[in-house]
Amino acid sequence: MMKEIRIHGRGGQGSVTMASILAFSFFDDGNYCQAFPSFGSERTGAPVQAFARFSDKPIRTRHQIYEPDYIIVQDITLLKSVPVYKGIKDEGKILINSEASIKDVAGELGGAKEENIVMFPALKIAMKILNKPIVNTTLLGAFSALSGDVTIDSVKKEIENRFGSKLGKLNAEAAQTAYNYIKGDRSGF
Amino acid sequence: MKQVLEGSMAIADGVRMAEPHVISAYPITPQTHIVEHLSQMVADGDLKAEFIMVESEHSAASVVLGASACGVRTYTATASQGLLYMEEVIYNIAGMRLPVVMTLANRAISAPINIWNDMQDAMAIRDTGAIMLVAENNQEAYDMHIQAFKIAENQDVMLPVIVNVDGFVLTHTFEVVETIDSIDKVKEYLPPINMEYKLDVENPYSFGTLGEPSVYMESRYNLYNAMNFSRNIIIEAAKEFKDMFGRFYGGLTDSYKLDDSQTVIVAMGSVLGTIKDAVDELRESGKKIGVLKIRSFRPFPEDEIVAALKNAKNVIVIEKAICPGKGGILSVEIRDSLFKHKINSVSVNGYTLGLGGRDITPKNIHDLVARAEKEENVDGEFVGLSQQYL
Repeated sequence: MMKEIRIHGRGGQGSVTMASILAFSFFDDGNYCQAFPSFGSERTGAPVQAFARFSDKPIRTRHQIYEPDYIIVQDITLLKSVPVYKGIKDEGKILINSEASIKDVAGELGGAKEENIVMFPALKIAMKILNKPIVNTTLLGAFSALSGDVTIDSVKKEIENRFGSKLGKLNAEAAQTAYNYIKGDRSGF
Repeated sequence: MKQVLEGSMAIADGVRMAEPHVISAYPITPQTHIVEHLSQMVADGDLKAEFIMVESEHSAASVVLGASACGVRTYTATASQGLLYMEEVIYNIAGMRLPVVMTLANRAISAPINIWNDMQDAMAIRDTGAIMLVAENNQEAYDMHIQAFKIAENQDVMLPVIVNVDGFVLTHTFEVVETIDSIDKVKEYLPPINMEYKLDVENPYSFGTLGEPSVYMESRYNLYNAMNFSRNIIIEAAKEFKDMFGRFYGGLTDSYKLDDSQTVIVAMGSVLGTIKDAVDELRESGKKIGVLKIRSFRPFPEDEIVAALKNAKNVIVIEKAICPGKGGILSVEIRDSLFKHKINSVSVNGYTLGLGGRDITPKNIHDLVARAEKEENVDGEFVGLSQQYL
């Protein structure tokens, strides 16, 4: 069965990198995968999308993702300008980087079900571990825990492959911390 | 080995396996990653090639022209405006019968400026005398580049081969590609280049000299014949590749669920994946529908097309380029092929979509199938326009 992920971010936040790391991780877990950017606009700060698919069978289709199983939002301010929830499947899950409570975005849900939304303080975790406001690797760890569709070991391995030994280890730690946080271990936060 | 590769990396790695001696490069989106990867391979010593940075696409094509005339294996890549700037050189490469291999990362043509995918650039060079192959996915793109050198360098062909890959949709997509582990096996498939005529001080020839009216037509006739003959070589190269590496995508065309099809969708390139998935759904709902993939646009696979379409009622042709003042491009050539074979029972409907990166969705395909049943011989009509911009 194929599942689809749509990532919303801003230029410079590493959404495309995130999608590609997901693809590598899905592959490590024995799946076929596909990841591609939307290339709407590559300017720093402008809204961007990236897409990923995985399946136990080879993936042929190449259209953009309109009815995702998962949506990941790197920056909550996007909710005001981009219909990030559009097309989410009934059981689809939405992971949002924000310290706000779900009540704070109630007016911007755009039809998405409240129980399917996970507000997650990726920035707080990233700042503590990486000391940089880059949340893509942290969100990857959270996605692994939330979805159960990709193992944290594969995610960490591919983060390290992507960023090299020093930066890779740090980012893998951020992913693991995020994974633990979603799983209920919130020590330190 | 199966691995996840960006399309550009898969292409660069396919080129590496063919071990070109000279690569020329000038950056243009969405081709740039390909030559960047090759540049890295050369710098790392993974590919022993001369990597020549040039100041324009015209020069990029001229460098591989000159190098190829010296008898070595050559490669370059471009897209869109860069290809247009190369065009006169491509005519020369073909006219001089030089087996240059080139990737064209298909992209729209300005204006307005648009960096995204369609096939207008490819259509602009369809009469240059270059063989034009089109890859459906990154696995085929990898394999097709290795095949391209074999086709180009065949003594009875000796023409440039341009491998078309959809810009961004393939070049920037990460997916699973099975690479070939043994370069020796590739060498067995693709023996060292051996050109009968080349620039050699011991045995001098001239290339591209003045062809007076007494010889020019014969020269063009020879090129014309070689292009026609290349059909056999393209098919052979695909079959030999299958025997050696196990992968096959058809010869000049490929069929998908065509046997009892009343409706056939004809397309080239990466959109075929989306179409095949949509066709599976339509088949489940009882529709007799299939797909004809054009793998070789030049030479045009007329016989294969006639054989595949002659029993169909409705043909839907996906046009990702336009011919202002006429209509579709691919559909016109398909209609001509059927007409020559006196088949007039087939409605050939060309629909224009996917220009400048406009996404082609499963819904587009379903809608076209429903439309084509009610229409006849549509001539490249635009699909999915926003009224507010008209």
